[in-house]
Amino acid sequence: MPDTLEWQTGSFLKDVERRSGTPVGACFQCHKCSTGCPIAPDMDLLSSQVMRMIHLGQEGSVLESRAIWLCASCEACTTRCPMQIDVAAVMDSLRMMAVERKVELGDPRGEQFNRSFLQSVCRHGRVFELGMMVAYKIRSRDFWTDAEKSGKMFSKGKLSLLPKRSGSAWEVARLFRRAEEEEKKR
Amino acid sequence: MTVGTRYAFFPGCSLESTGWDLDRSTRAICRALGIELVDIPDWVCCGSTPAHTSNATLSVALPVMNLLKARELGLPVLTACASCYARLRTANDTVQDDPEERARAERVTGKPYHGGVVVRHLLDVLVNDLGVDAVRAKVRRPLTGMKVACYYGCLLTRPPRIVAFDDAEHPSCMEELVTAIGAEPVQWPFQTECCGASLAITRAEIVNRLSHRLLSMARLAGADCLSVACPLCESNLDLRQADAAKAHGPIPDTPVLYITQLLGLALGLSNAELGLDALTVSAEPMLAASGV
Repeated sequence: MPDTLEWQTGSFLKDVERRSGTPVGACFQCHKCSTGCPIAPDMDLLSSQVMRMIHLGQEGSVLESRAIWLCASCEACTTRCPMQIDVAAVMDSLRMMAVERKVELGDPRGEQFNRSFLQSVCRHGRVFELGMMVAYKIRSRDFWTDAEKSGKMFSKGKLSLLPKRSGSAWEVARLFRRAEEEEKKR
Repeated sequence: MTVGTRYAFFPGCSLESTGWDLDRSTRAICRALGIELVDIPDWVCCGSTPAHTSNATLSVALPVMNLLKARELGLPVLTACASCYARLRTANDTVQDDPEERARAERVTGKPYHGGVVVRHLLDVLVNDLGVDAVRAKVRRPLTGMKVACYYGCLLTRPPRIVAFDDAEHPSCMEELVTAIGAEPVQWPFQTECCGASLAITRAEIVNRLSHRLLSMARLAGADCLSVACPLCESNLDLRQADAAKAHGPIPDTPVLYITQLLGLALGLSNAELGLDALTVSAEPMLAASGV
């Protein structure tokens, strides 16, 4: 039988706490995470607001927010939280839950970048930057950002035309398959 | 503390591409300082931010795969990339702390691993093992008069439960090294502020804002250049410097060098040995002015 709070607000808080392994319920709204957040001016929700909305079971608004995709994982919030809430880990978990629950993503580019990056790692064992960028550009249809930088990057030796494959690439591909199976069981 | 001189080197993907100058300068100064680096054979990507934001199992299993390879070498791991460093340390912490996650990682990698392989960042080894005095003793060309803003970014000092070789809010190891090579570290408030990291790809306008703020503050504090220890910080502050200036107002050209490049210059290594031509904002005018 659900406890009183769960009866009123649903199981979202418990789900997030289980996934992130951190006591989101302990947040008492000191806003220290939001004041130190370098991305706060660009976010639709502040990190402390995200914590409060999780308490209140506002699953849709949280999972569809842009904020969870704009978090840069700089760990300032996690470092400074007086209640030892790993706020950055909560953001990670919320992104995963948003993708799994197939909500409309607040900033689809984050997910498109993740997929392009990891696909490259799965294929070569390491990131092949050029291939990853092409895959990301096709997914996001954001063709022009940084296009002018590629010439300079080639001439400076920062981009190569061919991947530098790891000798263990085949093992990595197997590891990806197994990790995806494990994630489904969570 | 025991002084190790041999390490299993984990370069990471950036050091093969956008950060090749960090790779070259790290190897060059380690040679000059008597630190032997043995490359981890067939190392693989640590998963970086895309793994920990989309697949928790993968974000532990990829680093563990590398740590297992290092275990076979019987050496502690050394890495020069802040992100790889944080991911490898986080994986160690997770398998030590969380039996369920450890079991998951073991099922995925097919091998037992309890988190025993030590992972160090190059800065930690230079300051805490080799020691600042040993570096000072090898200086051939002191960078006298050069004013440096030491920029740590996020993951070298955060979260302190995981990384912990310097203070999370007011680190000082880079300043100690900069002082040892004769340059002058400036006091500035943004040592550990974020540059926006991989948002450079998805939301470049945010990185432009943050980079502009960092570069302007470094200039305001009197710095001639910035010293960094992360390939993503370097790229966001150097390659994107012109974009930041275009979006938020002019900033004088400010070279952003890896700490390894500054150390290498002081140790008497050549620009080519340190990959200085990889910089977008050239360090040449500043070096000429300082007589280096």
